[in-house]
Amino acid sequence: MTVHTASTDAPVLPEVRQRRPRRRADSSRHSVTGWLFVAPFAVVFLSLLVAPLLYALYLSMFQKSMIGGTRFVLFGNYLKAFSDPSFLSGVWFVILFSLVLIPLQMIVSLAVALILDQVTTWFSRFSRLMIFLPYAIPAVIGALMWGFLYSKNFGPLAEIFGMFGQTAPDFLSKNLIFFGLLNIVTWQWAGYYMIIIYAALQGIDPSLYEAARIDGASQWQITLRIKVPLITSALVLILVFALIGTLQFFNEPQILRYLAAGTIGPDFTPNMYAYQQAFALANYNYGSAISFALGAVVFICVYIFMFVTRKRGSFL
Amino acid sequence: MKTKPLIAITVAAIALAGSLTACSAGGGEGGGNKAANCTNKIVDKSAPVVTMWAWYPNMQKVVDNFNNEHKDVQICWTNVGQGGDEYDKFQTAITAGSGAPDVVMVEADRIPTFQVQKALVDISKYGYEDVKDDYSEGAWKDVSVGDSVYGVPVDGGPMAMIYRKDVFQKYGVTPPTTWAEYAAAAQKVKDAGGPLFGDLGANVPAVFMALLYQNGAKPFTYNPVEKADTIGIKLNDDASKEVLDYWADLSKKGLVGKQDQFTPEYISGVIGGDYATYISAAWAPGYLTGAGVGEGADAKVWAVAPLPQWDSANPVSVNWGGSAFSVTSQAKDPKLAAKVAFGVYADDASLNDGWKNQVIFPLNQKALGSSEFVDYKVPFFDGQEANKEVYVPAAKAYAGMTYTPFGQYYYDAFTKQLSAINEGSVTGSQAADKLQDEIVKYAKEQGFTVE
Repeated sequence: MTVHTASTDAPVLPEVRQRRPRRRADSSRHSVTGWLFVAPFAVVFLSLLVAPLLYALYLSMFQKSMIGGTRFVLFGNYLKAFSDPSFLSGVWFVILFSLVLIPLQMIVSLAVALILDQVTTWFSRFSRLMIFLPYAIPAVIGALMWGFLYSKNFGPLAEIFGMFGQTAPDFLSKNLIFFGLLNIVTWQWAGYYMIIIYAALQGIDPSLYEAARIDGASQWQITLRIKVPLITSALVLILVFALIGTLQFFNEPQILRYLAAGTIGPDFTPNMYAYQQAFALANYNYGSAISFALGAVVFICVYIFMFVTRKRGSFL
Repeated sequence: MKTKPLIAITVAAIALAGSLTACSAGGGEGGGNKAANCTNKIVDKSAPVVTMWAWYPNMQKVVDNFNNEHKDVQICWTNVGQGGDEYDKFQTAITAGSGAPDVVMVEADRIPTFQVQKALVDISKYGYEDVKDDYSEGAWKDVSVGDSVYGVPVDGGPMAMIYRKDVFQKYGVTPPTTWAEYAAAAQKVKDAGGPLFGDLGANVPAVFMALLYQNGAKPFTYNPVEKADTIGIKLNDDASKEVLDYWADLSKKGLVGKQDQFTPEYISGVIGGDYATYISAAWAPGYLTGAGVGEGADAKVWAVAPLPQWDSANPVSVNWGGSAFSVTSQAKDPKLAAKVAFGVYADDASLNDGWKNQVIFPLNQKALGSSEFVDYKVPFFDGQEANKEVYVPAAKAYAGMTYTPFGQYYYDAFTKQLSAINEGSVTGSQAADKLQDEIVKYAKEQGFTVE
């Protein structure tokens, strides 16, 4: 314990201490202090994140079967995953879903944030809260609630369409589940993204608007030429969040499965498939492999996105 | 003065690390078969304790009945969830090698799944002979794998056809006795502008497995005692195709619904009179009552008739659902655990409480054969003697089924095909062929030799 001796020496022999090559003692003291400050986080991080990840990686290299037990196959499970129609169709679904969902969410949340930034009455504060509210509702409750709203027998949709003598679309059917989920997720997350964009907008120096106005810019020009470019970093952040979140789609379809098991199979999204393999079919090995394979897909998608946005210099 | 916080931090970090390792070390032991967290009170504290997971709604009473009557053993019972929730926990305990209870409640169709993982104990040598005659042969077959017995039957689900008297009367149909009559009646009701006749729920593959059996299909043959790694899979024989084509036809013509069952949507439809019949099991009256059916506008309209047959000269009874108590291989004293499995829910008080409150359809002959049970006028069916007329004969005639070690996968795949049938993208025969291919492929992947 160098720290200990160094500090007990200090009050007794101040001069000696000064002449000492203090660099080493100090830096080592700093590094130890630093490590100790990091330690609480590091312990939790290593034991609850890194260790389980490594263990899952280890598990994913074995193949388990009911007869014949477990054997080492290195990347065999990954080869299987990338030729498994269940996994591939799940990946295709979440990619397609992201491509439709994310632009939609962005447009909605950006538009709302820009309007709320413009209007400063009590009404805007109220609306801000109301639009944010769905995010405060747990995803499980939200999904269940929409499940009931979509219901043919007691949902409002059926009544509204019934008034015009029409049958309501069944958003839990195979053809329309895509849009049913699209609506739920947009409803849930647009408010959250709106808050982030709104905060970024509030951070813009108002003198810029004044300068623009003096230069004769219209309100539209201020919005499109000043506000939007200045919050690009917030938009990119949201996009990355949304992309990662959507590729790992799980909660909403898993809940709606209780209402429409025929429409939403256990392999509907890759995350659900991993869950089914691990916990329903007791195949932790293949489940781990699917999780890592999904991780790879997420990484690739995010990388592509970052690459594209960097190349253009700025997004939008 | 800088030392003190440093030491404090060091101590804190070490303490934190220590507590984390303590957690992980303690988890293995604490989660075992120790009787730490019983839901019930243990009466005789000196007796050895057997731990148990079960989810029957009247389990508290059943366990108390057992504990009050036994001096040599006591049950420590916990409800860790119903069906799938419990299986997920049990599966995790099996994989981990610790944490399972001594006795576990399982549905009969799950037994081979756990048996193939060597998670259950063959109880045929622990007093099976003494209670053998308390249950029918079919009941024993359902809880056996090959020649070994892996559970003690408690409740069953002999299948029958529940129907709406008012709808039948209004459209002038009588309860169909064959499937041909069922289809004809469905058409008649539809032509007269009536409701759907039944429902093809994609999420109840167990029903359709039973209906395949009824037509003489034998989807699986499996006897691990003889040949551990061999399984017979026959999901696309003519009998199976006939049944699936039949239902595909009803679905295509719009004679039956395409709604998932056990959903609020379905139940509200049942209450609202959207379905003239409900092909279901003997526990259905209890389930429907609990879901609020038969209380308001639809009170006193329900009746039950035997399940329609393919060949009325040779009627076949089938079963849907039902649970048993199994001894897990993590039990420290399998013999004592088996004693609990055989004894719990087998006393008159528990059985009576069970069937009178519509919690179970008992398989124990003590209840099944009692005149009180047989002559019971079921309130849900407006006083119809449903047990005598329908359910008891069906339970007695039931010969048992062979389930598979990959039941969950089979059900999931079957659900996918039933959904495709409802969608109209495959015929019944095509669905059977696809199912066969998929299940054979999975079985081979799992290391089975497929016959």
